[in-house]
Amino acid sequence: MNSLSIAGKTYSSRLLVGTGKYKDFAQTKAAIEASGAEIVTVAIRRTNIGQSANEPNILDAIPPSRFTILPNTAGCYSANDAVRTLRLARELLDGHDLVKLEVLGDPQTLYPNMPETLIAARQLVEEGFKVMVYCSDDPILAKQLEDIGCVAVMPLASLIGSGMGILNPWNLQIIIANAKVPVLVDAGVGTASDAAIAMELGCDGVLMNTAIAAAKDPVLMASAMKKAVEAGREAFLAGRMPKKLYSASPSSPLDGVIAAAKKSAA
Amino acid sequence: MTTLIINGTTRSFDGDLDLNQLLESLCLVGKKLAIERNGELVLRSQYAGCEIADGDRLEIVMAVGGG
Repeated sequence: MNSLSIAGKTYSSRLLVGTGKYKDFAQTKAAIEASGAEIVTVAIRRTNIGQSANEPNILDAIPPSRFTILPNTAGCYSANDAVRTLRLARELLDGHDLVKLEVLGDPQTLYPNMPETLIAARQLVEEGFKVMVYCSDDPILAKQLEDIGCVAVMPLASLIGSGMGILNPWNLQIIIANAKVPVLVDAGVGTASDAAIAMELGCDGVLMNTAIAAAKDPVLMASAMKKAVEAGREAFLAGRMPKKLYSASPSSPLDGVIAAAKKSAA
Repeated sequence: MTTLIINGTTRSFDGDLDLNQLLESLCLVGKKLAIERNGELVLRSQYAGCEIADGDRLEIVMAVGGG
């Protein structure tokens, strides 16, 4: 089956996208349409009180009736704040319990704080949440998150918003080889080839925001990412040829090459 | 007079309020939001009759674009 299955639900797209950093909701919507994504992340933030009462809402642009909304805990630096945020999110989304957990370590790197992430994951699973978890690319910690009961592990390719691509394909491969839940690369993808490489390594999906939103033409980049994720997946399934350094092998037959023209005698 | 801290800002209201009445006075009725009172989630079904006490800390949140 070439569909992605998370917490018992199947999705035909393996590209998950964020909704941050776009110019406006029209652009957000156009980019998400072009990406073909079915799972779309949102953040949870304080409502403006007493100002712009008729402000448009992201959930009008990206309706939960059409998309699987994945509320995140972006901006949370402790397990407690992350758990509180997702309790609010579940209530906000009428009991929807698929969530993205991220507990950040510091504002410079946004690198995950893994001890706090483990504490929050344990608590959320206990409360019935289906937790997709942003994590470091440490194979042991990824396995621990799976053992806690997370429905997907999502190691970073590189720092959030950095666009640096996949810095440690070797760790990612170990995580993929050991995981029984979907492994998605979350964060660090910069362009289409990064997404394709993630999928060629055997990732089950890719989650990205900035790579699309910060492109000069976000809608066109969303379309490129859709194709890259599909191409990478197909290449993974097809099984690439082995690399053969210093061992060239011609693609065309050796026989029947025309002979060199002989100079005729004068 | 009831003084509350809503989303980090101090606000005062006349008389006693439940959460529904508070949302009305803030023009937030019918909005997609969720509320935490003193660190604890309040279910939507409990807004009516959830009396607010002086000094309560409320967080009223919504979904926004994010990655």
